Amino acid sequence: MVRRAILAALGIAAAAPAAAGDAVHGKELYESRCGGCHSLDANRVGPAHRGVYGRTAGTAPNFNYSTAVKESGVVWEEQSLDAWLTNPQELIPGQRMNFRVAAAEDRADIIAYLREQSGR
Amino acid sequence: MSQIIDPRRRGFLRASGITVLSASAVALLAGSEKLALAQSGNAANDVAILNTALGLENEAISAYQIGATSGLLQKPVLDVAVKFQSDHKAHRDALIATIKKLGGTPVAARSDAEVAQALNAASLKTQIDVLRLAQRLEKGAANAYIGVIPSFSDKALAQVSARLAADEAMHWIVLSQALKDPLPANALSFGA
Repeated sequence: MVRRAILAALGIAAAAPAAAGDAVHGKELYESRCGGCHSLDANRVGPAHRGVYGRTAGTAPNFNYSTAVKESGVVWEEQSLDAWLTNPQELIPGQRMNFRVAAAEDRADIIAYLREQSGR
Repeated sequence: MSQIIDPRRRGFLRASGITVLSASAVALLAGSEKLALAQSGNAANDVAILNTALGLENEAISAYQIGATSGLLQKPVLDVAVKFQSDHKAHRDALIATIKKLGGTPVAARSDAEVAQALNAASLKTQIDVLRLAQRLEKGAANAYIGVIPSFSDKALAQVSARLAADEAMHWIVLSQALKDPLPANALSFGA
């Protein structure tokens, strides 16, 4: 939290948001907010998430993606994941998730957890 | 209430003063007949949201089926699991009815075996294990319904999503009581 405040004060939070995320809190958020549809290692309502950070959208094995996501060309990293969790339809019109995470800090924490679980 | 609910709906709401929505209740509350006549890109996105919700409900039905037939649940917990599964079936039927009224095609359910594998049901060894899985899924479902509310173009559908979230939250509370978990430390514990 302190680190995030310092980064924000220095005006570099946007450039280094990964460092600002709290993966431990992100794990809690992931399980309670994302866990209704997602798991790390199994495709459920949504695709498996281990390895999602750095992956091209629509390429998790054996998941039936929307055409919009498959053809988006989006690569999941800090900014794209933040935009996705802010408003999926705005990033990729025609997607099927539509779940939004309103708080920027929560998004950063979830992304930090996904990044950690992707070995990045 | 009388100012925001169409009089034609009020009698239905009075009759359905229970925790579960019937298929026609959701369709009626959602005003889907009007939407069905005015399909648009926004309405199509609403259908996509409902279909994702349907996938979630299908998974929940399978999860309770797996739990109920596992031999791990004892009465009266087993009866509660069957009741909650019937709630999810009512949600499923309501979602299917609304998706069809909006001109969409409901997604098909995966088999119980596929869901069992995805949820690692083989790891369930005790009644507590089953209750923990159900508790986790119910909280996730409640939060999923809350998290899609801002994405609906039709406010009536957003309201339905809130009602579905309330059902899932009710399930989570009962399961948490059965597990003797403490109450959430803070207010606004869902959607956070």
